[in-house]
Amino acid sequence: MANNVHGHGSSSASLNAPVLAPGHDFETITEAVAQIPLAKRTPIGWVLGFMGAFGLFMMLQAALGKLVMTGVGIWGNNVPVGWAFDIINFVWWIGIGHAGTLISAILLLFKQQWRMSISRFAEAMTIFAVACAAIFPLFHTGRPWLAAYWLFPYPNTMGLWPQFRSPLIWDVFAVTTYATVSIVFWYVGMVPDMATMRDRAVSMTKKRVYGVLSLGWRGSARHWHRYEVASLILAGLSTPLVLSVHTVVSFDFAVSVLPGWHATIFPPYFVAGAIYAGFAMVLTLAIPLRVAYKLEDFITMRHIDNMAKVMLATGMMVAYGYAMEAFYGWYSSNPYEQFMIWNRMTGPYAWSYWMLIAINAGMIQFLWFQKVRANLKLLFVMSLFVSVGMWLERFVILVTTLHRDFVPGSWGMYYPTQWDFMTFVGTIGLFLTLFFLFMRFVPMISMFEVRTLLPQAKVKSEHGHGN
Amino acid sequence: MYGVMAEFDSVQALVDASKQAVTAGYTVMEAYSPIPIEELNDIIHKKRTTLSRFVLMGGLSGMAAGFTLQYWASVIEYPMNIGGRPYATWPAFVIPSYELTILFSALTAAIGMFALNGLPQPYHPVFNVERFSMASSDKFFLVIETTDPRFDHGATTRFLSDQGAKGVYDVAA
Repeated sequence: MANNVHGHGSSSASLNAPVLAPGHDFETITEAVAQIPLAKRTPIGWVLGFMGAFGLFMMLQAALGKLVMTGVGIWGNNVPVGWAFDIINFVWWIGIGHAGTLISAILLLFKQQWRMSISRFAEAMTIFAVACAAIFPLFHTGRPWLAAYWLFPYPNTMGLWPQFRSPLIWDVFAVTTYATVSIVFWYVGMVPDMATMRDRAVSMTKKRVYGVLSLGWRGSARHWHRYEVASLILAGLSTPLVLSVHTVVSFDFAVSVLPGWHATIFPPYFVAGAIYAGFAMVLTLAIPLRVAYKLEDFITMRHIDNMAKVMLATGMMVAYGYAMEAFYGWYSSNPYEQFMIWNRMTGPYAWSYWMLIAINAGMIQFLWFQKVRANLKLLFVMSLFVSVGMWLERFVILVTTLHRDFVPGSWGMYYPTQWDFMTFVGTIGLFLTLFFLFMRFVPMISMFEVRTLLPQAKVKSEHGHGN
Repeated sequence: MYGVMAEFDSVQALVDASKQAVTAGYTVMEAYSPIPIEELNDIIHKKRTTLSRFVLMGGLSGMAAGFTLQYWASVIEYPMNIGGRPYATWPAFVIPSYELTILFSALTAAIGMFALNGLPQPYHPVFNVERFSMASSDKFFLVIETTDPRFDHGATTRFLSDQGAKGVYDVAA
């Protein structure tokens, strides 16, 4: 078969599945993808899903409204655990976003063709995840309208400037750059498909809206050439960017001098964890999506298999990070480090540590088996567990370090309140709301890129002919 | 009149026709396709884009802007003594400078690409041809423009038909 590059000698279905099912031509690809947003009737499943998601989003608005009116005191974080759900959820969401950029940028540089059909919705996932992430630090300031001059350097009337030596300000720069570049990259990648939508839309409103979004794209050779150069440059820029974002996020911890945070392994360990969590979320979205919209020809078992493998590889790196943390604790000979890791394993939050180890170091080992990677239902459940595991990882890092201060007199426990949970679950609602809107109005798969996968898209030498 | 447009069925036919048109001495033409075809730019336009140079300049100005901003704010405008450390703590300034380098480069790449392409452009004569709506899904087009010195309505139309075009249309200006 065609894809023996894996060299496993296995002949099972998903290893040999193509990145695009056979029997397609330019028109069938366009039709299969474009008819989803152009359909007059909204599927009932979409309506029900959107209602659920929007309900949760309204809960988020209620929780944030209460916070703004009352103050951050409604959240459970307090001395000694001054940072809790807000930064746990921030890091969790930002991490999820990373898979989208990995798929759209890094895999483009490596010329991985399987990225083409999943890059559009993975990038959408990135942008929506970053939007959810931004809510937490912004509202943790309590008065987000004042946060403008705390976070951004602009000449304000008080003559104040941000502290540029603080990792929190680095984070502002990293995350706003990441959000901006992700949106730009996503939109640039969508312009030729918007032209397709404009040309296929029947209703005048849709023609106009997609027409404006296509910017008058006409697919000339000169345009395509500049477009391809720009895409390559954007991919080349997004690659160091995405690696820097989670590195800077890890600096929020690593630059401090607290036991359990002050470790050089944090940047690579955070980046690997981000990609791991992100691929889990891509699988969580892709597995139901391809069935609901009958996109199995484009998101094939090959994609699922590759994503599961990336999840396994990055999961192993994360597990290595846990092993290193334990090793540091022992080898440092620092009593605070030793206490921290021992307390993490046996203290009041030991349950969260061992759950995390069970998922991120234990459960993912099943992904070594081809049968598990080919079992969609099982893989879907596992991807949800990975999201839980990665949330627990941030919980463990945050709470186990902070709740045992250097002075035993200021030890305490952290208990989240209902508002913490409402805000967290609410952001899942915001994420799903945005994703449902995306599914209804935007072509989910990059049509022009998938067209280039066809043999007839290639130019043959002098006496070539189409097949 | 803007030019004469020929419609083709395949990537190969469009590339072959473009080569023939160049050989026949036509210079002012443009090919339109639903997918990027690397060869076409080399055949028709020969020159590569200057976009990368703009991006380099954008990136360097982002880096300079980021570093200058931080230096000015932390050393000149609002110096703060924190544990007796120097004001010009350049290693700390590296990270925002790095992020702004990427931000400025990426914005230059995207805006520069659209600007060089002349987009957004609400009107273009090729859209006057009804069949051109297929240029974004599965048909391929070659337009020889009237500004071409060798353009001759009858001869150019015949030339394009001879290249195996599925249809040849006049493009109103």
